[in-house]
Amino acid sequence: MAAYKPVVVQAFPKLGEKITQDTLYWRGYKTPVQIKEFGAVNKIHFSPVLPYNYAVTASSRIHIYGRYSQEPIKTFSRFKDAAYCATYRDDGNLLVAGSEEGSIRLFDVSGRAPLRQFDGPTKAVHVVGFLSDKYRIFSGGDDYSSSLWDIPNGTEIISYSEHTDYVRCGCASKVNADVFITGSYDHTVKLFDARTKSSVMTIEHGHPVESVLLFQSGGLLVSAGGRYVKVWDILKGGQLLVSLKNHHKTVTCLCLNSSGQRLLSGSLDRHVKIYSTTSYKVVHSFNYATSILSLALSPEDETIVVGMTNGVLNVKHRKPEERKEESQKKRQPAYRTYVKGRTYMPKQEDFCVSKPIKRVLRKYDKLLKSFQSSKALDAVLEPPIRLHTPEVTVAVMQELHRRGTLRSALAGRDEKQINLLLTFVARRVIEPRFTPVLITVADMIADIYQPVVGQSAIVDRQFLKLQEAIGKEIDYQEELLEVLGMMDTLFATFTEKSAAYPEENKSNGLTETVETNRNN
Amino acid sequence: MVAPAALRVVRCGGGGRLCGARPVFSADAKYLLCASGDFVKMYSLGTGETLRLMGGHADLVTGVQLNPRNHMQLYSSSLDGSIKLWDFMDGIPIKTFTVGCKLLALYALASCEDSVFVITPKSGERDTFQLVSVKLTKAAGQDIEAKDLSVVLDGVDVSPKCTAFGREGEYVASVKDVNLQVYFFKRKLLNRFSVNAMKTKGGIHYFTCVVCHPTEDCIATGHADGKIRLWYVNFHHKREYTFSTLHWHHDFVLDLAFSMEGTSLLSGGVESVLVLWQNLSDRQKDFLPRLGSAIEYISVSPDGSLCCTLHADNRITIINSNLRLSRSIQGLIKSTDVKTGLVVDPRTKALVLNGEPGHLQFYCLQSDQQLFSLDIVQRQYIHQAGLKQVDLVKVAFSAQGKWLATVEEREEVTDPELQLKLWFYDEETQSFKLNTIINTPHDDHITDMCFRDMDEMEDDSLILVTTGRDCVFKVWVIVEDTDPEAQQSVSWSCDFVGSYHNYQATNCCFSEDGSLLAVSFEGTVTVWDSLTWDLKCTFCHPPGKIRNICFGRLTCSKYLIGATDHGFLCCWNLLSCALEWSAHLNILVLQPDPLSEHIAAVSWLSKESSLFVFKPNEPRPIYIQRNLCKEKIQLAAFVPRDEPETTDSEKYLWLRRSQLFFLTDTQELMTLSTKSLEERLTPSSKQLAVEESLPVTPFSLLLGKHRRQQSQEDTDLGKLVIHNKQEQDSPAVKELLHTPAHVLPSASFLCPIFIKSLLISKENKSAEEVADEVEMESEKAEDDSDEERDVTEMEQEDTSPSKLLGEITCKLSKYQEKELRKIRKMDYSWISAF
Repeated sequence: MAAYKPVVVQAFPKLGEKITQDTLYWRGYKTPVQIKEFGAVNKIHFSPVLPYNYAVTASSRIHIYGRYSQEPIKTFSRFKDAAYCATYRDDGNLLVAGSEEGSIRLFDVSGRAPLRQFDGPTKAVHVVGFLSDKYRIFSGGDDYSSSLWDIPNGTEIISYSEHTDYVRCGCASKVNADVFITGSYDHTVKLFDARTKSSVMTIEHGHPVESVLLFQSGGLLVSAGGRYVKVWDILKGGQLLVSLKNHHKTVTCLCLNSSGQRLLSGSLDRHVKIYSTTSYKVVHSFNYATSILSLALSPEDETIVVGMTNGVLNVKHRKPEERKEESQKKRQPAYRTYVKGRTYMPKQEDFCVSKPIKRVLRKYDKLLKSFQSSKALDAVLEPPIRLHTPEVTVAVMQELHRRGTLRSALAGRDEKQINLLLTFVARRVIEPRFTPVLITVADMIADIYQPVVGQSAIVDRQFLKLQEAIGKEIDYQEELLEVLGMMDTLFATFTEKSAAYPEENKSNGLTETVETNRNN
Repeated sequence: MVAPAALRVVRCGGGGRLCGARPVFSADAKYLLCASGDFVKMYSLGTGETLRLMGGHADLVTGVQLNPRNHMQLYSSSLDGSIKLWDFMDGIPIKTFTVGCKLLALYALASCEDSVFVITPKSGERDTFQLVSVKLTKAAGQDIEAKDLSVVLDGVDVSPKCTAFGREGEYVASVKDVNLQVYFFKRKLLNRFSVNAMKTKGGIHYFTCVVCHPTEDCIATGHADGKIRLWYVNFHHKREYTFSTLHWHHDFVLDLAFSMEGTSLLSGGVESVLVLWQNLSDRQKDFLPRLGSAIEYISVSPDGSLCCTLHADNRITIINSNLRLSRSIQGLIKSTDVKTGLVVDPRTKALVLNGEPGHLQFYCLQSDQQLFSLDIVQRQYIHQAGLKQVDLVKVAFSAQGKWLATVEEREEVTDPELQLKLWFYDEETQSFKLNTIINTPHDDHITDMCFRDMDEMEDDSLILVTTGRDCVFKVWVIVEDTDPEAQQSVSWSCDFVGSYHNYQATNCCFSEDGSLLAVSFEGTVTVWDSLTWDLKCTFCHPPGKIRNICFGRLTCSKYLIGATDHGFLCCWNLLSCALEWSAHLNILVLQPDPLSEHIAAVSWLSKESSLFVFKPNEPRPIYIQRNLCKEKIQLAAFVPRDEPETTDSEKYLWLRRSQLFFLTDTQELMTLSTKSLEERLTPSSKQLAVEESLPVTPFSLLLGKHRRQQSQEDTDLGKLVIHNKQEQDSPAVKELLHTPAHVLPSASFLCPIFIKSLLISKENKSAEEVADEVEMESEKAEDDSDEERDVTEMEQEDTSPSKLLGEITCKLSKYQEKELRKIRKMDYSWISAF
């Protein structure tokens, strides 16, 4: 005697994005806080020391924001024209910024007036930064030069005029205090050593370079320009490691996360993509409302701050680690109830009566086992099953149809139940995995309850909804068929043999649908 | 036997259908006897093994009954018009009674001396049958004519279930259509009844079966509308019958059986549920559901401890008295339609075909046993007539048996529900595990399916091709899942969809090296390159559609064979792309031998099947067997032999390495064999024992066992006593018992000696041990007291002094010898005083 076989619920492969560790991690941010700045945000930089304030450069001001403040806690506004690239020193005490008028200003974070002002460049300075020895500043400007400045003296140490276009980005090595790189609109990234008179390495990016970044180890360089993000191995003499083309507009900013395992890139196409630095595959991406100009990640990845072209600063804070509420532990039977009698070894002459293994069946299975079709259908139309696992409902309907009892199970229901059934069918009939079964169900319902149409406003409304849903679906399928036909003609024009295109989702039982429609 | 004996067509699968007659339990409920085709089969109920296959009838066996006067003997009747008396313990026929007309059922009664009842067709009239009593004369000799017939009842139903004998053979009840007739032997009274006269709420209510209560005047009848009626016979008023109705079945009641005491009734039907009606009432019933298929016969063992149900699919289920499944005896399960074809599992060499609904049976040809049954559909099968349910339609194995592909479908008005499943053989569990389910692989029925058969490349380039009536063929390949978190690393997906002029694809076949795929589209065979999926060439042989295609093998691999439904067998050369030869034959089955280049083709012409075996490179067949069998042959399969058969004849060389099996449309599995039937039936040398004396009731059985046990214990004890006596028959005890009391010494003195004498000594072995002990002791300790040693030595002397002493003396030192001498000198005369 075979045991009762429960209803098989079809498992369908999950479509869409797979949930990985990364998606879970990067989804763990709260809804963003939007702060309006005066102009396009061209630079955001986090203070490397606690409390991780961040400097936002927009228009002619530099705002310092606290971790959770929505108002700036400090403002540097002594610029006549736009300020650029406010950057913290490693100890978080000093801040340097370039400006449109060409001067570079050094601020004490706690003070107000600039400590130093380096005047020299005649044109706008778009990039400034501290070298890792803390006493020198590098800068790059629209006069095509890259310069090095001494903080104590306030004088220029050296100036390299090797770029042939605007210098718009730069980065200092954390490993060597003498090394810094600048990227320019002349499509090159140049590596300078303060001890030499000229650049030590030139890398051809191929597009105007918008952003450069050095890995913490100093061995890898990332450059962004055009739609490309390229990773170079400096130690191998500037060999291209990988070229990433995941954005469809210019990539404007780059950023590493605190562990150095993930690389973030922001682009004018309103996306921030997160790459794994081992496989260089996109592991996650964020969407924003407008084009992104600047991007920063706080230490420990606590906050993602994104600056946009329309002057909006988008701040996302990480959700606090959810302390899982220790749910009231179910009182489990004591250990001894489990071991009771288990250790007993039956003797040879003992007659063993094995305890039958009790199989737990779902409620609908129990009802189906005893051939109670209507009740089984009722059981799967209960809200938890109907709403969360519609595939179970549909599987039971299919099983009833196989047994030939679907019609009798559907018949004899009151207004409320018909309403429920029709709502379910109208909502799910367009899902391809349920369509074949639900079409039959809809057909039967229409057949059975045809005589009572017009007696109840609620049911009539549901019938109309069903009709509407099916009509929409037919239109959609027709459109799809048109596209398919177009693609066929395209494929047919290819002279070489093309690979078989994957099966398209053909309109399932289109005729059937039409028929049902007519019934309504 | 003469050397090149003609090949004979042999039924295999252990005889044939079991459904000929109700099975019979032997008197001690250890064996089960049932009719199986032309044979009577005997199963052991303990092991489920086939013990005997008794052959001798020339046609189907229709009835099996124990001889009521000798429970070691068995009557069997057959369509060939003979009744045979068997000694089933030894499997020898004792007597054959020739009746001369077809016998359709057999009944034996204890009350009727030397006569049995049979159902025979009424002479002169078609489709009317009569119940006849046959006098079995006690003449000497093996073959006896039994011509002494007397008609008991006229117009009975042909089915053996429709006639039953009542309590102690007083009356016989028979049903036909809507009529029940009861005939009393003593009063020669015939009562007729029909349910027509009674009110019935529509529906068909004619009779399907009848049984009589073993002790009371009660007849139970089953009806086609699922009702069971219990008729109470009243002897005093001749036309008054009262009846009660039991209703649970929703379809035909196929068989009924009373329990031995008549307290309960068993019924079974199409639902495959065995219903136990307690106390013959509607109130209390027990069920044994999901028995697998429709219950054809129910029989109860004479001691009431077991009952068995015989199912429509050739299976016997043994059921305990408390309605628990005890055992299932199954050979080749006969499903209604073998849609899967005959497939050979490369791993077990078992024949694989449809089994129970939704299952795949692996049938071992050598042992006539079902190896296992694989549940493919995994859905509850509802036993209800007229319900369209999911059925298994196609099966294919990969070359090594590592992968199994199955197709199941359910007929629907609009579009069939199709599923393609791929199973992976799991070495650990030694069974197939489901790997991939593909829903609706084709939009219409799948017509054929094959794996690319490449032994050496199995892993990386395994390809499955399915052809469908939706005018395409699809190629499925294994894809590896890159996601490390996925549960399984491989799954199947569609790789290529091919079509040809929108014709329906009907067959597919890979060449031996796997480089070419041939797909037939209605009347055209297309050949595709299996690497690039380019169409290479096409063949056709108009008019008519292609029915079968196959590639030649080994030396003939350049040929492609096709059979059309317009009666042509064609052979195309793949190198020249031309027709090599063709023959005018209506080929139904085309089956290449996987181990040689031979191809077997079965043709159907004017109501007979013929077999042609040929090599593709020559149009002349190697072997022709005309008139293979009367039935249409549906399927055929070559099964590799375990060891090549040695045949000296050139003609049968093609049978050397593999054996050809074929299945007719009546679901008979046949084979070709050079050996005769007698050689094939390996007689079991087992000595079977049936208990001579039978207990009357279960209670007496229990009691008898108890008593027997006790008596055995007694005898055991007796033996022990005797044994002890021999031991204790020492003079000491004798003396003690025979000397007058007043002469005996004090009790305290006698007691230890007496007790010691009761101890069973371990004879020689213990003596040796003791001797060793002595040795050791003597070596280490000189200061031991003499008395102590004396005691041990005394024991030695008691048992076997001479041998012992001899042994010891050869080893002992001088000192010890001295000691021994001292002991010998001691006076033991007091012992002899006892």
